[in-house]
Amino acid sequence: MKMGRVLFAALAGTFLAAPFGPASAQQSIRVGELNSYKAQPAFLEPYKKGLDLAVEEVNAAGGVLGKRLELVSRDDGGNPGDAVRVAEELVTRESLNMLAGTFLSNVGLAVTEFAGKNKVFFLAAEPLTDKITWQNGNRYTFRLRSSTYMQVAMLMPDIVAAKKKRWALVYPNFEYGQASAAAFKELLKSKQPDVEFVTEQAPPLGKLDAGAVVQAIDDAKPDAIFNVLFGPDLAKFVREGNTRGVFKDRFVASQLSGEPEYLDPLKDEAPVGWVVTGYPWYAIDTPEHKAFLSAYQKRFNDYPRLGSVVGYVTVKSLAAGIAKAGSTETEKLIAAFSGLKLDGPFGPFSYRAIDHQATMGAYVGKIAVKDGKPIMVDFKYVDGASVLPSDAEVKKLRPATD
Amino acid sequence: MSLNSLLFQALDGLAAASGLFFVAAGLSLIFGVTRIINIAHGSLYMLGTYVAATLANHIGGALGFWGGILTTAVLIGLIGAVIEVVLLRRIYRAPELFQLLATFALVLVINDATLWTWGPEDVLGPRAPGLRGAVEVLGRYLPSYDVFLIAAGPVVLIALHFVLIRTRFGRLIRAATQDREMLGALGVNQALLFTSVFALGSLLSGLGGALQIAREPANLLMDLTVISDAFVVVVVGGMGSIPGAYLAAVVIAEVKALCISIGVVTIAGVAVNVSKLTLVAEFLVMALVLIARPYGLLGRAQSMVRALAEPEDPLRPAGPALKLLGAAAVVALALLPLLARNSPYALVLGIDVLIAVLFAASLHFIMGPGGMHSFGHAAYFGLGAYAAALLVKWFALSMPPALIAAPVVALLGAALFGWFAVRLSGVYLAMLTLAFAQIVWSIVFQWSEVTGGSNGVLGIWPTAPFDNRAALFWLTAALTVVGILLLRTFLFAPFGYAMRAGRDSPLRAEAIGIDVKRVHWIGFTIAGAVCGVAGGVFAFAKGSISPETIDVSRSINGLVMVLLGGIQTLSGPIVGASVFALLQDTIMRQTEYWRALLGGVILLLVLAFPAGIVGGLGKLGTAWRRRP
Repeated sequence: MKMGRVLFAALAGTFLAAPFGPASAQQSIRVGELNSYKAQPAFLEPYKKGLDLAVEEVNAAGGVLGKRLELVSRDDGGNPGDAVRVAEELVTRESLNMLAGTFLSNVGLAVTEFAGKNKVFFLAAEPLTDKITWQNGNRYTFRLRSSTYMQVAMLMPDIVAAKKKRWALVYPNFEYGQASAAAFKELLKSKQPDVEFVTEQAPPLGKLDAGAVVQAIDDAKPDAIFNVLFGPDLAKFVREGNTRGVFKDRFVASQLSGEPEYLDPLKDEAPVGWVVTGYPWYAIDTPEHKAFLSAYQKRFNDYPRLGSVVGYVTVKSLAAGIAKAGSTETEKLIAAFSGLKLDGPFGPFSYRAIDHQATMGAYVGKIAVKDGKPIMVDFKYVDGASVLPSDAEVKKLRPATD
Repeated sequence: MSLNSLLFQALDGLAAASGLFFVAAGLSLIFGVTRIINIAHGSLYMLGTYVAATLANHIGGALGFWGGILTTAVLIGLIGAVIEVVLLRRIYRAPELFQLLATFALVLVINDATLWTWGPEDVLGPRAPGLRGAVEVLGRYLPSYDVFLIAAGPVVLIALHFVLIRTRFGRLIRAATQDREMLGALGVNQALLFTSVFALGSLLSGLGGALQIAREPANLLMDLTVISDAFVVVVVGGMGSIPGAYLAAVVIAEVKALCISIGVVTIAGVAVNVSKLTLVAEFLVMALVLIARPYGLLGRAQSMVRALAEPEDPLRPAGPALKLLGAAAVVALALLPLLARNSPYALVLGIDVLIAVLFAASLHFIMGPGGMHSFGHAAYFGLGAYAAALLVKWFALSMPPALIAAPVVALLGAALFGWFAVRLSGVYLAMLTLAFAQIVWSIVFQWSEVTGGSNGVLGIWPTAPFDNRAALFWLTAALTVVGILLLRTFLFAPFGYAMRAGRDSPLRAEAIGIDVKRVHWIGFTIAGAVCGVAGGVFAFAKGSISPETIDVSRSINGLVMVLLGGIQTLSGPIVGASVFALLQDTIMRQTEYWRALLGGVILLLVLAFPAGIVGGLGKLGTAWRRRP
């Protein structure tokens, strides 16, 4: 008896109460946004602020196509399975045909695949893997952030100029780290054939045994180190390395370490002299960036992180793309985004028609410490378009047509 | 690589071992006395690093650092006492393992509370005053703080050992570990003992966390990272054995340090990066140790625990009313795609719920009637999902044969792992299943050429006639209903009775001629196969899968679903999985702090239904029928 009642109640509850969506036509243009807010808060809280600021700016300036722009934000659970369900929810229950967001490479790839299958427009904001625009790219997916290949290529001139022969690599053991390490080895070998890779450490993400890894690198006696660790792993690595004198007299190139999200927690222990990609918000002197900075600081009483820029530009890209398309129809959006030009806080950039990759670049500079705070110095902006391979190579890498 | 570098790496390993030991010792004490699988132990550790780093940064100097560490340890101990008194004490009489559900909810709540208090950015504490530098050993530099940690581990070990051997408190702990009911009968205040042990365990966890501030920044991912390491150490050392925990911490830390120092080696012309093994080293060690020594390195056979919970009602076959309702449910499922024409999301969610139901039902089959608490059930889900996906990807198989292959591969995996697992019992069995799941996970994760590594396999979409939502829903519903009926059939066949006999009284079952191990092994294999079906459907429903299908969190979600519904009833997993999947879906959409809200809801359910939802409703129903 009792089991029967409950069984029935459960099944009835499950399916009768299943959310029957609101999704009525409204006087606004709605875009679905999903991201790993709980899994990666250090990057994504500033990102959310960037989104909010841009939405407010767009609507204050009259919206898009005469309508308000509205984001329907969701947490994607930080894994591909949940992310695909959330994407389906946005598409089916909220009746949206535009998606944006994601952070982790594997989540971004799963949503890319979903967008291609369901013919939904998707603007991947942050995931870095090359596969989103190349191997697994499709005509419905565009990507804002510069890919792993681009990040490595941006550091390459300094790496080659350092003329070091024996290199040690350390990277987190998942797609992002592996792809960066592979790109690094390939690019450096082609420019400097006599290079030697003396050790490769691939600790699990978030579980670095800093002492042992730093020591193993030191024991391999490299002339230079290429680092892809970020977040808590980076802080552990830097502190151990400083204590053990491992970075002394060694050239270190490090990906993303100049981003405030990862650099600021290091405080006065930040490794001086490392060549990094990052975002020196305190010293970018262009009018576009100054306008963004003052608007951001006024709105949130806080300084922007790189996540803020990514969030801000994501929304600005959507607004520009929809305005150019003159419609929210998927096919028109794709046509509008192919070759879409716009100005972000880093200056002008465009979404390439050939592989749907945005050319927004990054800043390359050296880490220094000033008044007990870590900063980037001697930096320059590297345009993403300048580090991408030739069109012929891209065509080979990207099987998707269009 | 020289001998010196190996010896030096051994020192690195010892320093890491001390950190592991503090958390593991606390966990071991708590488990020994209260039998609670406390997954919130890592959350207390994380809280310890945050509090200590904040104190050290704000007060500064030696007082802020060292004083802060001691203050933190005491504070976390107090928090532990509060958790025990306010929450856990109310549910000691619940069925075995149920307390795990409460601690799972605490993990969610504490994580969001930490995010709310400290914000998303990592908090790096200062270097230890007085121990900033490094000492030269074997021509290399060892941080002075590591030297301190290397010494601190054994000091705490000896102090704990002394407390356990020489003091009255320690004797009570040891007595409670062996027979807590007898201890209660002798007039010892159990409530006070449980609270103080929980506080002591939490204090050790807080101390372990606080001591890490000189080595790593406080961050929000620490809780889960630490808890899995700590469990492995406790189990490898032997539950309840403090020296065992230290020994295990040393063994695991040394194996990892060795993997790291070996780096890339060439075996038979193939370059292998041994440093990548750190991903799975501890689980390999655990699997090997448990196969060779079923109670860990220094553990002893667990004493029989007389459960505090009421004895379980025997299972009864479905009566006519239940059969009728079951049929009605099937009809409702069949009609749903027609009813939900205007809200396609109901089908999307429905498929997810059905997959969760099948997953939970198969786990319940071995957990409830089988008495084998698998902590690694995701392994068979993942094997099914990957089998289907890889056959589609590499052999261009169509959907039906791929779906048939899914349970077959899961069955083979379950047969292999189950053969080892059924030789163990209780928490050792649970951890061995977890170790196997982690090994499967790491193989999938590392073997990028075949499995796609961390990206997984993309583009596994259903083929005609299942390439629309309604058809896929019908297929999923059919498979789920058949799967559940199949499991029920097994349970009410002689096989099912034999399996339950083996759970309730292995000796008597053996005496009447039941080969308990064999019966449990077959049960384990059946559950794995059914779970594989759920995995196969999952791959097609999502279109892409990645190693998270085998992740620990999926295994834990399964446990949560079963316990939430009620482990002692057959409809428990169905209700539990439905409620959990729907709750997660609704709550994730509602609020920024959805984890805390989900945890809060689970806590309320835990307190309201200590026998699970179905168990609780069943009791209400019985009381109602017996009303005067």
